[in-house]
Amino acid sequence: MRIVLDESKCSSLGMCESVAPDFFEVRDDGALELLNPTPPGDQRALMEEAVAACPTSALSIEE
Amino acid sequence: MPEAPFVVVGASLAGLRAVESARKAGYSGRLLLVGAEEHLPYDRPPLSKAFLDPGDDPAMPHHRTDDELRALDVELRLGVPATALDTDAREIVLGGEEQLRYERLVIATGARARQLPGEQLDGVHTLRTVEDARSIRGALDAGRRMVVVGGGFIGSEVASAARKRNVDVTILEAAPLPLVRAVGEQMAAACADLHARNGTELRCGVSVTGLEGEGRVEGVALSDGSVLPADLVVVGIGADPVTDWLIASGLHVEDGVVCDETLRAGPEVYAAGDVARWHNALFGRTMRLEHWTSAAEQGAAAARNALAPARATPYSAVPYFWSDWYRDKLQMVGITAADEVTVIGDLDDARWLALYRQDDLLVGTLGLNMPGKIMKYRAMIGWRTAWQDALAFAGR
Ligand SMILES: Cc1cc2nc3c(=O)[nH]c(=O)nc-3n(C[C@H](O)[C@H](O)[C@H](O)COP(=O)(O)OP(=O)(O)OC[C@H]3O[C@@H](n4cnc5c(N)ncnc54)[C@H](O)[C@@H]3O)c2cc1C
Ligand code: SF4
Repeated sequence: MRIVLDESKCSSLGMCESVAPDFFEVRDDGALELLNPTPPGDQRALMEEAVAACPTSALSIEE
Repeated sequence: MPEAPFVVVGASLAGLRAVESARKAGYSGRLLLVGAEEHLPYDRPPLSKAFLDPGDDPAMPHHRTDDELRALDVELRLGVPATALDTDAREIVLGGEEQLRYERLVIATGARARQLPGEQLDGVHTLRTVEDARSIRGALDAGRRMVVVGGGFIGSEVASAARKRNVDVTILEAAPLPLVRAVGEQMAAACADLHARNGTELRCGVSVTGLEGEGRVEGVALSDGSVLPADLVVVGIGADPVTDWLIASGLHVEDGVVCDETLRAGPEVYAAGDVARWHNALFGRTMRLEHWTSAAEQGAAAARNALAPARATPYSAVPYFWSDWYRDKLQMVGITAADEVTVIGDLDDARWLALYRQDDLLVGTLGLNMPGKIMKYRAMIGWRTAWQDALAFAGR
């Protein structure tokens, strides 16, 4: 699975980081860093939660 | 008799998350989403932000397409309000006439904008729905002088939008400082200062005594006897939970539907979002939030718990709210009732953080243009981090 970020939608709200700090980190300039864009399969539930938490629907999961 | 459905009343963020989470939890029975608005669920935060930007008419900020909702096998009943609830009969009334039995119910009817008393004049708006936002857009295109009644977040955002179009704006706040409830006594002045930095006049300690104009607003009369000319007035004086349809329901309603820590409001009845007042165990108190994040999370949690009451899990959370003013981003996590607030940085700068202490714990953090830090503090508040450790993390 791959995490895809639509930078044009992300507004640095950080909810993804709040859900999964090991995978997402908002930098000081507001850019979101994907700490591991291809999480292992056993992290799926957490990744789905992070995607759902994004208020601007900037994240998605690709298989 | 056919199986009674799982019913969710209120087709906005919390309601949408409730139906999605019911399916995710494996519920395969009938699922009904009832909404007073005619629209598919749409997102409100953009309505006071990007939606008001100059330029072409923006698209409706829907959360999901028709197809996506259909794929969830949700029966949509849009454009009809629920008008009554009978928890003994496990029945709601739709549109004043149609009775509908439910197996389980999630209440997610949100909040509605408070209006100024008196007759309604043209040119006076509140902002809660997409129709409101469209009217304000139109009025901003034509407007010259806007008065915002209420110095809260929504009013401040609308003022920001007006400044982008060079419309003159005055914000009126009845209290000595705006946002005291939202960010606390200690930080309200620093937030208010952002208006001055961006050329918006903020007048505090004055209240509105009436609106002037024949049919259309021409001015706002103030408690100090003066009249402010205005061709557009936006009223942002807060929102009230939508509970009028619950009067005879037997549920405990007190500034929201009162719930326990699992969001349970009564037998087979749960509540979520802006309408819910629940016990947040993390802070040991009841709260009713009007925040995107908690509405989304509570919607999901309420549906899960409704499906498995015996295994219901408490919903607790560190409140989170953001607001975009001018080119600045304000973010608040936690609570503002504090014994002490320590500012990290300089309040005259373009970015700073404020840490809120209660007893010896970090309980809140407010940031201006600090997106990289705020979630770290949110996590720390959730772990009940000691004040000294929070200060050390901040480099103090
Ligand atoms: C302009 C604006 C800007 C905002 N900006 C931010 C922001 O920047 N950050 C943030 O965190 N939050 C923000 N919010 C708050 C956030 O949008 C709300 O917390 C969220 O919408 C709450 O969702 P909800 O589903 O609980 O309620 P609502 O979104 O209020 O939805 C309730 C729905 O229920 C329907 N309904 C009401 N009564 C009935 C009935 N009897 N029968 C059937 N349906 C009914 C209503 O028509 C409505 O569609 C903003 C809100 C507004 C209005
Ligand atoms: S939650 Fe969404 S908007 Fe916020 S930082 Fe993550 S991707 Fe960006």
